[in-house]
Amino acid sequence: MSQNRRDFLKTVAAIGTSAGALSALSPNKVKAKSPENLSEERMGVLVDATVCIGCRKCEWACRGAHDIENGNIQDYADEKVFETNRRPDYDNLTIVNRYESSDEKLSNVKLQCMHCDHPACVSACIVGAISKKKNGSVVWDTDMCIGCRYCMVACPFQIPAFEYHKALDPKIVKCDFCDERTMEGKLPACTAICPVEALTYGKREDLLIEAKRRFKNNPDRYYQHIFGEHEIGGTSWLYIADKDLAGTVFPKLDNRTAPGVSESIQHGLFAYFVPPVAVYALLGGIMWLTKDKKKTEGK
Amino acid sequence: MEHPHKPTPLTKKFFTPWVIVLAAIALNGILFLLARFVFGIGAVTNLDNQYPWGIWIGLDVAAGVALAAGGFTTAAIGHIMHNDKYESIIRPALLTALLGYTFVAVSVMVDLGRWYYIWHPIIMWNGNSALFEVGICVMIYLTVLYIEFLPIVTERFIGRVNLPGILSRFNKLVNTFLIKLDKGLDKTMFIFIIAGVVLSCLHQSSLGTLMIIAGPKMHPLWQTPILPLLFLLSAIAVGFPMVIMESLTASRSFGLKPETEVLNSLSRFIAPLLGIYLIAKIGDMVIRETFVYLSELNSTTILFGIEVVIGVIVPLRMFMSPAVRESTKGLYIASMLVIFGIVMNRFNNFITAYNPPYALDSYMPSIGEISVTLGFIAIEILLYRLFVKIFPVISIPAKKSLSKTKFAIRGAAK
Ligand code: SF4
Ligand code: SF4
Ligand code: SF4
Repeated sequence: MSQNRRDFLKTVAAIGTSAGALSALSPNKVKAKSPENLSEERMGVLVDATVCIGCRKCEWACRGAHDIENGNIQDYADEKVFETNRRPDYDNLTIVNRYESSDEKLSNVKLQCMHCDHPACVSACIVGAISKKKNGSVVWDTDMCIGCRYCMVACPFQIPAFEYHKALDPKIVKCDFCDERTMEGKLPACTAICPVEALTYGKREDLLIEAKRRFKNNPDRYYQHIFGEHEIGGTSWLYIADKDLAGTVFPKLDNRTAPGVSESIQHGLFAYFVPPVAVYALLGGIMWLTKDKKKTEGK
Repeated sequence: MEHPHKPTPLTKKFFTPWVIVLAAIALNGILFLLARFVFGIGAVTNLDNQYPWGIWIGLDVAAGVALAAGGFTTAAIGHIMHNDKYESIIRPALLTALLGYTFVAVSVMVDLGRWYYIWHPIIMWNGNSALFEVGICVMIYLTVLYIEFLPIVTERFIGRVNLPGILSRFNKLVNTFLIKLDKGLDKTMFIFIIAGVVLSCLHQSSLGTLMIIAGPKMHPLWQTPILPLLFLLSAIAVGFPMVIMESLTASRSFGLKPETEVLNSLSRFIAPLLGIYLIAKIGDMVIRETFVYLSELNSTTILFGIEVVIGVIVPLRMFMSPAVRESTKGLYIASMLVIFGIVMNRFNNFITAYNPPYALDSYMPSIGEISVTLGFIAIEILLYRLFVKIFPVISIPAKKSLSKTKFAIRGAAK
């Protein structure tokens, strides 16, 4: 009996210590790394939902710029699509939805990847295929992608789409901020085509100033909040509208970066490999001690 | 020891009516698997852009890893703490872990859209990604498990190498090689055993880190920064119940006497281990005040209730009772409940708790997904049955008292 109890205590103590060693490094002690190249110069787009007329020309242009069959631009005037709440998908990287705004007026809002400043998708990707570029765009390397879809699990805006219909070489697809076009000095396709300047392309810093200027000049027109200025650590795409978009068009998000907690834990568990090595040493020690004990007890 | 046990290949016949049923389930799963590879993930599953992960990750991978925890918990108690009396359960637990992890790897591959790039994480690293950590640890641990199993293979074949036909002239050579290999393994095994336990602790907890990045998309009843700790504690708690359940099932199925004595003393650990897990889980809820969500009655809170009450509290109470621990039936039922509770927990964490912001309806696994999951379980059981017939895994009472067999205390630095 006493033998049993001792075994038991020994075991629990050992398991307890090893678990303790793992958890001792509580989250938030280790600071999460911020993306190395979060540039002051990063670009963004200011979306003014009070201006957008819902012509969906941006959808047409976006498809065209990404080699997706985009058909006839006239067909996009059909307003039937607004009956359903659509989401970006592999064959439509941006979509325009209609929503009911404050005084039962109808407003339109264009949605796509937000190009977060601290993107959850970048932090999550198992092979590091996704990256945030200096110019603000969040892009990915399809050749690296293994199709695990963890980026989709991680994204707070549920943006990355996956080509589920393909058996071979299915791809992760999302808005790439027209990376090729902007590198050639062109505007993103949607921004270039927008007939009413609902979309403004520019340095993120300047866009924030511009948004605040509009708030000041037209206080009645706007709900005075720039969605994306601080949400989830900030996004490159910024939204202003006549009502609060959080909780309707966008999920309600706080200002902490999405990967923050996860990365602190991850780095806590692996801080310079100290915890794993410590557990290893601890277990090795227990193995030695119990072995010696058996010898001295004789038999 | 009163009943010296020695691991021996079993001689019972392979086919029974149950085996045929399992084979049918396996075949059905394989058909859907073929469909997945020919027509793509979308054709077989109910996954979409809102619900990128389903039961292939939530059950096959997450629950699979947890249920294979018997491997490292028995290694810790038997080898690392040198508790010789648990000798007889280490090999069955090792075999389950080996099969379990092999199928975890296979399931990951099935779920990967671009499965032929499964090796990418070996050379493309992202230290920020919890999934990367899980992937690498599981890969290394799987290798360690195979190394730990090698001595059982050498034990089976040393002195019995009998290659067919012309190859038979190599018999002696192979035998010498096996003996050399066995000696080498004998000396170094302790390194692998400790590594196995460390790697297990690491990825069991990192598996919990996985869903943290989903942030507010995950229901607050489950979303907590201590998820890694909860995953580790629950994995440790489910290790022994798994071993007990398997041992009882195996003895019944092969008509052996259940090893009541060993299982009984093993079962004494379960209540405290479950208790620690429960305290961590409830404590966390109290601190974060998430119990307020329990005031609503909906499918989410019901699933939570089932997980915690039937899957943790009831078996915890059962394992505290000596009467339950001494009866084979009691042990079996209580162990099954713990296993059920942990499977529910993994399911809840990865599926129930996950509420994508724009989903119109919730995810239900498709027939194809369920078929593949059941098929894998069936194949695992069949392989287990096959392995214990080929290799000395299960201990059966020896005729006369043997001196400690050479292969008994594997890994103990002698
Ligand atoms: S919105 Fe989603 S996909 Fe786009 S950068 Fe942010 S986390 Fe990544
Ligand atoms: S699906 Fe591709 S891009 Fe997304 S996390 Fe996995 S490997 Fe990275
Ligand atoms: S092109 Fe401009 S106005 Fe037309 S739907 Fe797109 S954002 Fe709105």
